[in-house]
Amino acid sequence: MPDLDAGAHRSHHRQDDNQASPVVDVRAATVRVGGRTIWSDLDLTIAQGEFTAILGPNGAGKSTLLKVLLGMLPLAKGTVAVLGAPAGDRRDQIGYLPQHRQLEAAARIRAREIVRLGLDGPRWGFPVPGINRTRHHLESRRVDEVIDLVGAQGYAQRPFGELSGGEQQRILIAQAVVRKPGLLILDEPLDGLDLPNQAAVVGLIREVCTRQQVAALLVAHDVNPLLPALDEVLYIANGRGFQGPVRSVITTENLSALFGVEIEVLTARDGRLVVVGQPEAPHHHGHRHSERDHNHP
Amino acid sequence: MTNPTLSWNVVWDVRQLLAYPFMMQALLAGTIAAVLSGVLGWFMVLRRQTFAGHTLAAMSFPGAAGGALFGLPGALGYYLASVLAALAMTRRGSPRAETPGLQSARIGLVQAVGLAAGFLFLSLSSGVLGGLDDLLFGSFLGITPTQVITLTVVAVAVLGVLACIGRPLLFASLDPELARSLGVPVRTLEVGFMLLLGLAVAATTQITGALLVFALLVTPPATAQRLTSRPGWSLVLSVGCALVVIWLSLGAAYFSIYPLGFFTTSIGFALYVVALAGTSLSRRRERIQPA
Repeated sequence: MPDLDAGAHRSHHRQDDNQASPVVDVRAATVRVGGRTIWSDLDLTIAQGEFTAILGPNGAGKSTLLKVLLGMLPLAKGTVAVLGAPAGDRRDQIGYLPQHRQLEAAARIRAREIVRLGLDGPRWGFPVPGINRTRHHLESRRVDEVIDLVGAQGYAQRPFGELSGGEQQRILIAQAVVRKPGLLILDEPLDGLDLPNQAAVVGLIREVCTRQQVAALLVAHDVNPLLPALDEVLYIANGRGFQGPVRSVITTENLSALFGVEIEVLTARDGRLVVVGQPEAPHHHGHRHSERDHNHP
Repeated sequence: MTNPTLSWNVVWDVRQLLAYPFMMQALLAGTIAAVLSGVLGWFMVLRRQTFAGHTLAAMSFPGAAGGALFGLPGALGYYLASVLAALAMTRRGSPRAETPGLQSARIGLVQAVGLAAGFLFLSLSSGVLGGLDDLLFGSFLGITPTQVITLTVVAVAVLGVLACIGRPLLFASLDPELARSLGVPVRTLEVGFMLLLGLAVAATTQITGALLVFALLVTPPATAQRLTSRPGWSLVLSVGCALVVIWLSLGAAYFSIYPLGFFTTSIGFALYVVALAGTSLSRRRERIQPA
């Protein structure tokens, strides 16, 4: 299991940022979709190797921000730079894990192939056997590498549909990092996973950030499983965004003001933060209910 | 030569098979159709477009009837009807309103309209369509060299295009969302594949008939996808199964009094059952003795 206590990774980031150019640099950004302003005046900076979460209630515009960063949605105002270029220009250097993917067609295809498609899936052309053997070999090695990285050696040869939810998510993370991206964007990667798997996937993302020197940006609407591993948080609520290090943003006063509901941030005996009373839109995932019951004695 | 009789001497049997030109034509046409449908059918089964494939096959009825009515040369009616149906099935309303249910309803609609048009063409021309049995259940007796040449041209073109778009098509079939976000034109590939499938089905129905086309288009890919989860091997296996089906059934039909379609479907089905039994047996063994 990957290292979950990420305290050691955390401290040094903010100072380094100012020297190297940030991986993501959003300034005074406003987005309108269909005439409606989703959020305005939003700032976001992510440095290399940093793990940032976008948090906020459903419909706050978290996924909208991801679309902006991927260059799929233009800004109404402000600027956005990703990996030192306008959003969308460096798309091939972003590892992206979309939300709720239906990979039913892949059920009978082995998992390793799913990872491989992340690398060569967009490639056109007549495949002549024997040609480009070096590239083929290098790509195979890279695929093995990321399968090792996510710890999926044991089941990479099995059909994707036979894997558990946690195993599938690991394969999809491997697929997202196979191109050696500078930025990893994950939309609700913990959705549909049970608690141990949530923790394991968070730990894995943390490890990928550190080992591959890739910045990760993750959308979630439950903050608790993320807290041990996060560097920075961007909260989006009521059309505004607030970014900062975990311990300065996640406080009882901040969250209660942001959501307009009583929210408590507690410090557990081992120093970890726990957010209680986090408002969420109605949802249908049983496991998350049980988790909240857990936090509400 | 007298009536063909099956002996235990395989060489002698094969020599008998190849003695008549019509049998050579049938074997050539069958081989091409098997390769074509083994590959296209593999993608079709993977993409869960079997219903669309069935509709394309049904289009051979309006194709043949329309061809007779308008005096189209050769199999042109088949290809035209199939391509038109392919385009109609991939037409779309707003992406928001699009659901899988709506898509299959549209395919059903195309099938109904197509068959109705065929019926209309039929009553407008003579009211009698020659070779209705062949249209539905296929025939290997009357395949002309021109037909074989057309089939070859279609197969080379379709497989050539498919080879060039194969990798992105596989990506778009398995993981459309990620493929789209990486710049793969998922929608164009969808229409393109349906057109290629339309051409392949129109070509294959001329051998197998409209109703039994699935013996080559569905059974071999389904068998292959049962047996292996590696796409490359699976494709090869699918073509292999289709070839086994068509060769064995042509041979069987030649030596027996039973029709070709009976053999293509039963041999294909037998292969699938064997694959099914084999994989579930090996899985059970795995479960009992974990490696």
